[in-house]
Amino acid sequence: MGMATESQFHVLAVDDSLVDRKMIERLLQKSSCQVTTVDSGSKALEFLGLRESNESNDPNAPSSLPVTHQEIEINLIITDYCMPGMTGYDLLKRVKESAAFRSIPVVIMSSENVPARISRCLEEGAEEFFLKPVKLADLTKLKPHMMKTKLKKQSEKPSKEDNAVLKHEIRKEEEPSAIEILPLHQDVEQEPMLSNSKRKAMEEVISTDRSRPKYNDITTLV
Amino acid sequence: LHAMNTVVAQLQRRFQDYLVSLYQQGFLDNQFTELRKLQDEGTPDFVAEVVSLFFDDCSKLINSMSRSLERPENVDFKQVDSGVHQLKGSSSSVGARRVKNVCISFKECCDVQNREGCLRCLQQVDYEYKMLKTKLQDLFNLEQQIVQAGGAIPQVNIN
Repeated sequence: MGMATESQFHVLAVDDSLVDRKMIERLLQKSSCQVTTVDSGSKALEFLGLRESNESNDPNAPSSLPVTHQEIEINLIITDYCMPGMTGYDLLKRVKESAAFRSIPVVIMSSENVPARISRCLEEGAEEFFLKPVKLADLTKLKPHMMKTKLKKQSEKPSKEDNAVLKHEIRKEEEPSAIEILPLHQDVEQEPMLSNSKRKAMEEVISTDRSRPKYNDITTLV
Repeated sequence: LHAMNTVVAQLQRRFQDYLVSLYQQGFLDNQFTELRKLQDEGTPDFVAEVVSLFFDDCSKLINSMSRSLERPENVDFKQVDSGVHQLKGSSSSVGARRVKNVCISFKECCDVQNREGCLRCLQQVDYEYKMLKTKLQDLFNLEQQIVQAGGAIPQVNIN
């Protein structure tokens, strides 16, 4: 399996607005990401290789999509919230319910500043919530989340019998921690993709501090 | 060669002044600056492409909302609301400030099912997007003149 683009992150962007799709695509390219854009949640699931439970005939489904999702490595999904049919929240839920894809970080974008909506998305496992219009500066928040998936994948690789190679793999795993891009307060261990940096998205909107991982505590935010 | 440099400088000055005036008159906001940041040597037509898509959107949405508002006894406010939402979103994304502001009023009229108000807003949004389209076309023409004269497009900082 060719890993020539190992250093580049691949982002799946979902938005029903053509203008916004063009924008997010360019924003991500400018941030050195490889981008695939789709115009609906169901197309996003198709691209990943997940089928909808009540799949209906979709005349718009491209026939050239790969069948095996293992060939496509997605490091992040960024999706609009308000979409006809499957909302960004529905898509988030589907991804997080999937054993194969729940580790992919998901970011929600919305033009509307609704605290209840934001907290609902974060509770469901979204890493960040961006208010539209999204700016280049917002995308710097994505790198830490995508880096985690790289770390995870590298540590999950089968270790070779050769010690030298094993040492090399350990070094590879340790190297990224030395990079300053990982905020100090983030956990680097292998746990669900939760981070305190998502608080920043909330802080833009409401001042409630959210410091506990969701599995330990259910905090109701208004 | 010196004469050509002067021409380029003049064109650049015209471009800069015109762009600044569009911000000052409220046609554009900071998001248009963000949009320009995304354009580079590799994607020299990015801004023009995106605004073109936006204007197509405007035309399409205004037409469908107009149809929904046509008969007073049978207005599909849900459809109008959906159209306004989309228009507000895309105008916000490209920095079309006046268009976006009309959408805010438009939504309010829609929320209270005020057909007359909606019709006024529809007319206004139609006017604003067409006005902006003309202004931006002038801007892109100035840009093209600079390029043809061998100059670079100035990075304009709006405070």
